[in-house]
Amino acid sequence: MAAPRAFLRLVAPVWNRGTCGVRGLSKAVDPEGSQRKGRTLLQFLTDRFYDVEAVREYLLRKQVLKVQKKNRFRDREWMRANERGLSSLEFRKLQEVPVEAVDASGCAINYQGLDNLLALKELQSLSLRRCPHVDDWCLSRLYQLADSLQELSLAGCPRISERGLACLHHLQNLRRLDISDLPAVSNPGLTQILVEEMLPHCEVLGADWAQGLKVGPEKQSRDAAGSPIPA
Amino acid sequence: MLRRALRLRLGPCLSGRGLGTYRGGSTLDWNGKVSEIKKKIQSIFPGGAWSPLYDTSHLPPERSDVVIVGGGVLGLSVAYWLKRLEKQRGAIRVLVVERDHTYSRASTVLSVGGIRQQFSLPENVQLSLFSAEFLRNINEYLAVVDDPPLDLQFNPSGYLLLASEEGAAIMERNVKMQRQEGAKVCLMSPEQLQKKFPWINTEGVALASYGLENEGWFDPWCLLQGLRRKLQSTGVLFCQGEVTRFISSSSHMETASGEQVTLKRIHEVHVKMDHSQEFQPVECAIVVNAAGAWSGQIAELAGVGNGLPGTMQGTKLPVEPRKRYVYLWHCPKGPGLEAPLVADPSGAYFRREGLGNNYLGGCSPAEEEEPDPGNLEVDYDFFQEKVWPRLAQRVPAFETLKVRSAWAGYYDYNTFDQNGVVGPHPLVVNMYFATGFSGHGLQQAPAVGRAVAEMVLEGHFQTINLSPFLFSRFYFGEKAQEHCIL
Repeated sequence: MAAPRAFLRLVAPVWNRGTCGVRGLSKAVDPEGSQRKGRTLLQFLTDRFYDVEAVREYLLRKQVLKVQKKNRFRDREWMRANERGLSSLEFRKLQEVPVEAVDASGCAINYQGLDNLLALKELQSLSLRRCPHVDDWCLSRLYQLADSLQELSLAGCPRISERGLACLHHLQNLRRLDISDLPAVSNPGLTQILVEEMLPHCEVLGADWAQGLKVGPEKQSRDAAGSPIPA
Repeated sequence: MLRRALRLRLGPCLSGRGLGTYRGGSTLDWNGKVSEIKKKIQSIFPGGAWSPLYDTSHLPPERSDVVIVGGGVLGLSVAYWLKRLEKQRGAIRVLVVERDHTYSRASTVLSVGGIRQQFSLPENVQLSLFSAEFLRNINEYLAVVDDPPLDLQFNPSGYLLLASEEGAAIMERNVKMQRQEGAKVCLMSPEQLQKKFPWINTEGVALASYGLENEGWFDPWCLLQGLRRKLQSTGVLFCQGEVTRFISSSSHMETASGEQVTLKRIHEVHVKMDHSQEFQPVECAIVVNAAGAWSGQIAELAGVGNGLPGTMQGTKLPVEPRKRYVYLWHCPKGPGLEAPLVADPSGAYFRREGLGNNYLGGCSPAEEEEPDPGNLEVDYDFFQEKVWPRLAQRVPAFETLKVRSAWAGYYDYNTFDQNGVVGPHPLVVNMYFATGFSGHGLQQAPAVGRAVAEMVLEGHFQTINLSPFLFSRFYFGEKAQEHCIL
């Protein structure tokens, strides 16, 4: 009869609470199904039940948004969060040790998230490569790290323009600045020159300043033998 | 007759009801057609937009809940916040009346576009702080489906205000107040100033205040277009016309203390079309005066100031247009990319424009030298005599420069205390003001729009208390003086 079978399907997840969500569900409904059959069944269930879809999306999203943040403490090597997050024991030992370098490349950090980085008063190296939400407003907050910051990398951030780079003049201790591959900067060569003038002690890596210059028309060399000389 | 019309319209569709499905691939949109027909029928009924005698599509509607006079950034901001804070979607019908759809004389688009928190009144600092937050998250506030995000071209370079000996104590007090309100401003001595900006001549400078965050300049045209686009998507009606008349009714009332007052209520706004005598009377519940430099004229039309001088009835709106010049020059050895918007103690200011060593700047003239605001012609002699010497004294590199172009715009100048007028008029009970900001209207527009919308919808200010900016202060003589005017 239709009713008991439907009943079985709906109740199956509750019985299998122990097993991890989605795979357990498909197994419960079709225990002897092959791998391929299991996948299409999962797809079938995802199409029909909102909660199956939600669970699937959540698992996928958890994998994709794994934060790639790395930290380097004084006299130590880089420490990086693993899939489950950092083990708290290590960090507790390092509470007094200042953070020297942060590599937040590719991280979805934004204007409010920078609060956490700006609290690190002895930060020497900051890497914000390819961060999709770091824009000119975020750069205007970096002056708080002026005393200690020596190395900054902004390569590949899609929202940074030359207007935000103008606020970097506060960082007078900066020795290395990477501003390559900034698609929103209108004139990379000229911007590089202006930034170099703004930060005289800093080595600025970025666009080649000759980029965007065209070769002028070659001057025709006068053929002295052939051309008539006006009297 | 209606039934016949209905049958005539539906006739061909009814007979071919299955046309779409049988012909396979026809684009007969049955649901769309039905809704179109319903709209047409509704427009025939009273209250709808259909007029049987002639085309009225260019006229504003006959009825509107709120009429906003003036389509600049302040007017559009009030409309935006009315739509955002209304209790139910579509509850309030808003009409924005703008005389000039090219905005050729509007203060918004002729503005230098700066935003700062360095003011002398705490309310102004709060207004600017909120507006900075609005501009930072503009793509969340003004998002429209399927439209590209806005790029305000914001330069977060900050403002640098310089003070001489006399002004140093006031500046210190102001900065302390600004920091208490949450602005990120720092004070600099002349030595620190010289070290940070070597191109400044610090002679005569006793103290400087430098804005570190949320200060800079942006593109006002982009903000205006973004607001316009968002408002069109929320159903605000725009009309190009001039407000020529208000039809109002008066009622004599007695106050609690036994005084006789005459309260006025505006019932209709007459909007006249361009280049024609045709006008449309728009019935309205609330009128918002956001007409900028011409707010005084609109207020007079509404009867503000028609009375014996010295009474509340006789108190006019003290907002008048003042012409200000902005010059664009090129200086190859000028200040670099780090230059903020520098304001000299004498009143001259300048800022960078773009990457090519171009600079914008100007100076507010003294009271006695005010140019005639009848037109927007530029006076280059003013630059030679008043602006250039002061700038060259402050930045020696500006001794050699070449003026590229210039333009003039209006300040909606509040002659009383150079601060905005916000809120309802005490006697013309349904006219609200959002004007008189004397050169800092653009940077406070988002916050002021919210305040006026709160006043209209709730009856009191909810987020920022702008009671010092109400109209009644002109009668009581309570000045809310803003000292840091550029």
